[in-house]
Amino acid sequence: MAISILYFAWVREAVGTGEEKVDPPEAVRNVADLIDWLAQQSAGHAAAFADPAKLRAAIDQRFVPLDALLGRAREVAIFPPVTGG
Amino acid sequence: MIRVSVDPAPIELGMEVAALEERGAGGVATFTGVVRTDDGVEALDLEHYPGMTEAALCALAEAAIDRWNLLGVTIVHRVGRMTAGERIVFVGTAAAHRREALEACAYLIDRLKTDAPFWKREWLAGGTRWVEPRASDEEAANHWA
Repeated sequence: MAISILYFAWVREAVGTGEEKVDPPEAVRNVADLIDWLAQQSAGHAAAFADPAKLRAAIDQRFVPLDALLGRAREVAIFPPVTGG
Repeated sequence: MIRVSVDPAPIELGMEVAALEERGAGGVATFTGVVRTDDGVEALDLEHYPGMTEAALCALAEAAIDRWNLLGVTIVHRVGRMTAGERIVFVGTAAAHRREALEACAYLIDRLKTDAPFWKREWLAGGTRWVEPRASDEEAANHWA
């Protein structure tokens, strides 16, 4: 099932796009799996996802831990820790 | 009684405070964040997650209303490019008594730092850098758990 992936801040810059549609294999069950799989897609992805400890995520616009199951997610966002305010 | 705005336009402080005063409360507490002028920062870019940002700020305002007896909550966050000294964020609360207004205002800005999808990039003389989160911000937000 195709998922929209959104990237923000330096993750977006490293990947080279703010949004893409992907169709990961069934073995990709949670956000951490997705990050490992995305890292194989290009040199930019590999650079962005080299250190998952620096990444945060949201599924369908709600913050989730990286071990959160994708389930029927339509939109997954991957980004650095937030720095607003 | 909730006003949430995420906008590239400058924040109109007088208008925001006046709107809170019109809630008829005995007290209004506000916090304004401005682009710092120390350590050579010339400008700031604020990136956000359209859709999720507004939902996260509304959820924060509702959590504050559940916790304190408030007559008004305003959260205005600027996005895009802004220069040193300009306002980034405004948080205001209106309540019958000062304690509730002040506590709710502190809660909102502490939680906004960790619970809303914004990212800052600083422009310095030598280039740009993405701002790293501070451990003290995480501690301040957890203080309200």
